[in-house]
Amino acid sequence: MKRMHLAAAVGLAVSIGLATGAHAKTLVYCSEGSPEGFNPSLYTSGTTFDASSRNVFNRLVEFERGTTKIVPGLAESWDVSSDGLAYTFRLRKGVKFHTTKGFTPTRDFNADDVLYSFDRQRDPDHPYFKVSGGQYEYFNSMDMPNLIKAVEKVDDNTVKFVLNVPEAPFIANMGMDFASILSAEYADAMMKAGTPEKVDLDPVGTGPFQLVAYQKDSQIRFKAHPDYWAGKAKIDNLIFSITQDASVRYQKLKAGECHVMPYPNPADIEAMKNDSDINLLEQEGLNVGYLAFNTEKKPFTDKRVRQALNMAVNKQAIIDVVFQGAGKAATNPIPPTIWSYNGAVKDYPYDVAKAKKLLADAGVSGLKTNIWAMPVQRPYNPNARRMAELIQADWAKVGVEAEIVSFEWGEYLKRSKLGEHDTVLLGWTGDNGDPDNFLFVLLGCEAAKDSANRARWCHKPFDDLLVQAKRTADVAKRTKLYEEAQVVFKEEAPWITIAHSVVFKPVRKEVIDFKIDPFGGHVFYGVDIKG
Amino acid sequence: MVATAEVQHEELAAPAIHPLREFWFYFSENKGAVVGLFTVIAIVVMALSAHVLAPYSPIEQYRDHLLLPPAWQEGGSWAFFLGTDATGRDILSRIIHGSRYSLLVGLIVSTLSLSTGIAIGLIAASFRGVLEAVIMRMMDVILAIPSLLLALVIVAILGPSLENAMVAIAVVYLPHFVRLTRASAILELSKDYVTASRVAGAGRIRLMVVTVLPNCLGPLIVQATLGFSSAILDAAALGFLGMGAQPPTPEWGSMLADAREFILRAWWVVTFPGLAILIAVLAFNLMGDGLRDALDPKLRRS
Amino acid sequence: MVRFLLNRLLMLVPTFMGVTLASFAFIRLIPGDPVELLVGERGIDPARHAQLLHDLGFDRPLWEQYLGFLGNVLSGDLGKSIVTKQPVLDEFLTLFPATIELSVCALIIALVIGLPAGIVAGVRRGSAFDHSVMTVSLTGYSMPIFWSGLMLIILFSGILQWTPVSGRISALFWVEPVTGFMLIDSLLSDEKGSFASAASHLVLPSIVLATIPLAVIARQTRSAMLEVLSEDYVRTARAKGLSPFRVIGLHALRNALIPVVTVIGLQVGVLLAGAILTETIFSWPGVGKWLVDSIFRRDYPSVQSGLLLIASMVMLVNLFVDLLYGLINPRIRHAR
Repeated sequence: MKRMHLAAAVGLAVSIGLATGAHAKTLVYCSEGSPEGFNPSLYTSGTTFDASSRNVFNRLVEFERGTTKIVPGLAESWDVSSDGLAYTFRLRKGVKFHTTKGFTPTRDFNADDVLYSFDRQRDPDHPYFKVSGGQYEYFNSMDMPNLIKAVEKVDDNTVKFVLNVPEAPFIANMGMDFASILSAEYADAMMKAGTPEKVDLDPVGTGPFQLVAYQKDSQIRFKAHPDYWAGKAKIDNLIFSITQDASVRYQKLKAGECHVMPYPNPADIEAMKNDSDINLLEQEGLNVGYLAFNTEKKPFTDKRVRQALNMAVNKQAIIDVVFQGAGKAATNPIPPTIWSYNGAVKDYPYDVAKAKKLLADAGVSGLKTNIWAMPVQRPYNPNARRMAELIQADWAKVGVEAEIVSFEWGEYLKRSKLGEHDTVLLGWTGDNGDPDNFLFVLLGCEAAKDSANRARWCHKPFDDLLVQAKRTADVAKRTKLYEEAQVVFKEEAPWITIAHSVVFKPVRKEVIDFKIDPFGGHVFYGVDIKG
Repeated sequence: MVATAEVQHEELAAPAIHPLREFWFYFSENKGAVVGLFTVIAIVVMALSAHVLAPYSPIEQYRDHLLLPPAWQEGGSWAFFLGTDATGRDILSRIIHGSRYSLLVGLIVSTLSLSTGIAIGLIAASFRGVLEAVIMRMMDVILAIPSLLLALVIVAILGPSLENAMVAIAVVYLPHFVRLTRASAILELSKDYVTASRVAGAGRIRLMVVTVLPNCLGPLIVQATLGFSSAILDAAALGFLGMGAQPPTPEWGSMLADAREFILRAWWVVTFPGLAILIAVLAFNLMGDGLRDALDPKLRRS
Repeated sequence: MVRFLLNRLLMLVPTFMGVTLASFAFIRLIPGDPVELLVGERGIDPARHAQLLHDLGFDRPLWEQYLGFLGNVLSGDLGKSIVTKQPVLDEFLTLFPATIELSVCALIIALVIGLPAGIVAGVRRGSAFDHSVMTVSLTGYSMPIFWSGLMLIILFSGILQWTPVSGRISALFWVEPVTGFMLIDSLLSDEKGSFASAASHLVLPSIVLATIPLAVIARQTRSAMLEVLSEDYVRTARAKGLSPFRVIGLHALRNALIPVVTVIGLQVGVLLAGAILTETIFSWPGVGKWLVDSIFRRDYPSVQSGLLLIASMVMLVNLFVDLLYGLINPRIRHAR
């Protein structure tokens, strides 16, 4: 009955703002929460990006849908100067911004829009800098303020970025959500009207969909941008039906009340596989879950101890129990989907006897330590508490007594950054598909002091490789360097690499060509629907 | 969510001739109350002998028997009468052990809020004036915030655990006891026997605790029994919101929270803990009802 | 009457101040760092962390923050959410109608069933009907609604497919929020079928939320009836040979309803507490769930102002009930 209802309504004249007509196609996506806002540069959560950057905006470069491959976006092409310090982007012509209730663009996209989008986040004196709180945390955490020296308009269709140091991952960064291009003309108009915060609430972008209406915790409605530069989207209307509870989302999917849902319960996966109305897509996620040893604390300063504790853990049991099959044991700190993944690296085997021997060699006996387990569910770790219990039991077998410690999430992040732990469970989801984004951010010397390097591990030979790779634009050379770095990492064992999770995405049978985004987003351009 | 037992409390204090026998006479007239009483006794027995009654340990995981349906359903096994949960724990054993936590919650919350409430209420009644005003306004503040919300905030402050949930619920119930104690104490204070005692030289503390308090206890005890069942319900609600007992504790509310993701796949993991809560709370309410009726002479007369 | 009103209002002032203090203190007592939560695993360097705390005003001395909060509240500014950067009042006002709509429907269900059931049970004391009302209402009173809600979803949405699973209206309808009440807005809009959709979404959650108030109202009405029926004037009326209908309708009922009014007033707090659970289960976009989410996100301004708004609401309703009580029962006025 529900399904008929949906089908009937799709054919019906739906709503004032939405495209209507006999063939209007509507796709309903049961999203997991309300976006924080509609300007992606102000926020860091995927929920917000789905509702803004990934469907409403474009960037200079884009990631090919379903991959981490970089393709031209609003920039048709780009050059890098030989010293790696200047990036020149040639902009696409004839790109139209959305026409919304509050704004009608009078010109096409040009260099001013790029300047506005970056200067707003960079320059504390920019009139828009303080608007809507002025917190550009993603931009900041990618170290952009220190990296970018200047953004220059060469002519209307050419923009040059000048960097302070050569940074090979820069191009990938330009494809990230915070680098979305907003309309400068719209911003000026709103500033004149005295309502600058409207820019962040009623977005005007160049993307395939434009916002029609939003009601918090209820729904978001988009329609296809009729003049989208890459061609109008195949679906006419896109509706986000906000549904926080995973089992309710599944109910709705089954009842035909929505077509695509994110983050299913692991418990429901089996049933989804057997449901003939549902296609269950799956892909390895761009993430890693790990246990980091505090390498500044004894006895974890000794690599033999770290290796021994690596060998003491039964990883397969963790995959089975904690991930319930939705994970793959990790060997390297980067997932296999990222280029330069070194498949030749061998993981430590599960070997209790050898672990005991190594511990004895290191002169360690009767070790008492702790395992920090985070209080929340993360993509790379569905149940840290349970994982910690398993590791605790494994370590007990080699005579290491570990206590499980937990804090409130914010507190947990802060304290673990300050190195209060002996060992800590954490993980990472990639931002831009560059190996640097895992290796340098999580294991580099720069991050070893009260920052994201929770192992507080600063190993010169490893760090040198990373810095060298950062300064080289040549991908083949970089690949070599990263492959070598992974070998060093495994030998030194600052982490126990635990798992890369597998992402499941149930979509209804009538949905055509939905692809899982490795960055965890939900992109609806290119998706079609039968009927 | 505590029911207010402020109705006709003066009459409650009137002494009966053969208190116990008369009480039982009226109590047993109410069939529901008797059923409630026996259920409560059964729950107490279950809690006390959980380690004997339960076929398995409540936290032992049988990894070969994940999400087994109850025995009477296809695919079920008599070894796990009510089936197993997602990690292969026996639901029957968990429910039996869970009764301990629920009784504990009821007991501790009622005792805690009763004793603290009496203390604060008596202080308010004996030191009239500023102190009293401050206390009563504080109680108004507590009452102004919806109970579950307040309990949630307090647990968030203290950290999620069953102990802290009990403290939070006790705080939420406090105003009812404070108001009740103060009101009856002030009433008693104006009576002749108190004046007599004061003239005879009784100190303030002695006067309040020995002379006044016993005469206010009736309605307080009724309120405490009502609080008992509400506490079980509220602790389960907190557990359900993830702010009560933490896994793997077999507390009924947190069992439900754990089971929520299986709502479509395994009805039994959701159904039985909820039924257990309902039965326990209902039993205590039935008993409390009978208790109040039997203690309330006014209802008897009509 | 005016003096009584003034008196009650005066008593509200210290309570209101207490509530501002409590809501300000509570969120700050909860361990956790709002800034860390904003950035997650990505982390933030200490200088930037300090800068953000400064921007948000959380580095000032607590008394200064409190006075600032109080001052702002008194001038009608409830601050901006640190998560969405939107004014807290705006967010509250977009979500509050959903809570009200749900609560009012629940209260209507509770009254429409609870009052007559209580009256009849009271009049026919000891009858089979009385016993069933008492048993059913006690069961309702003992109901863990977070469980019964799930059960109803399994039955009516899962197995029978009679009602939608969650939300306020089918995703296919867009109803322009005019009043914020979906039932009214859907009637105003020109979308066919939107009212039916809104109504069908409301059924299960309001039944679940009505469970406890219904039980309480039925029981209180019954006992109030019993009490009034034993009063002398009713007996006199009966002795005079008035028909039972007139006795009950004219004399008993009016007096019996006085205490019931208070009970109904008290249910507002119960409804708001129950709304937290009901909204969580049915993904109902109301303030209960919003507040709980804000607590988990350590969104200081949203929590302190949200708590304050809800508590003020409860206080106002209680005041209103007090006044109503004073109006229909003159004895109270003089007793105080």
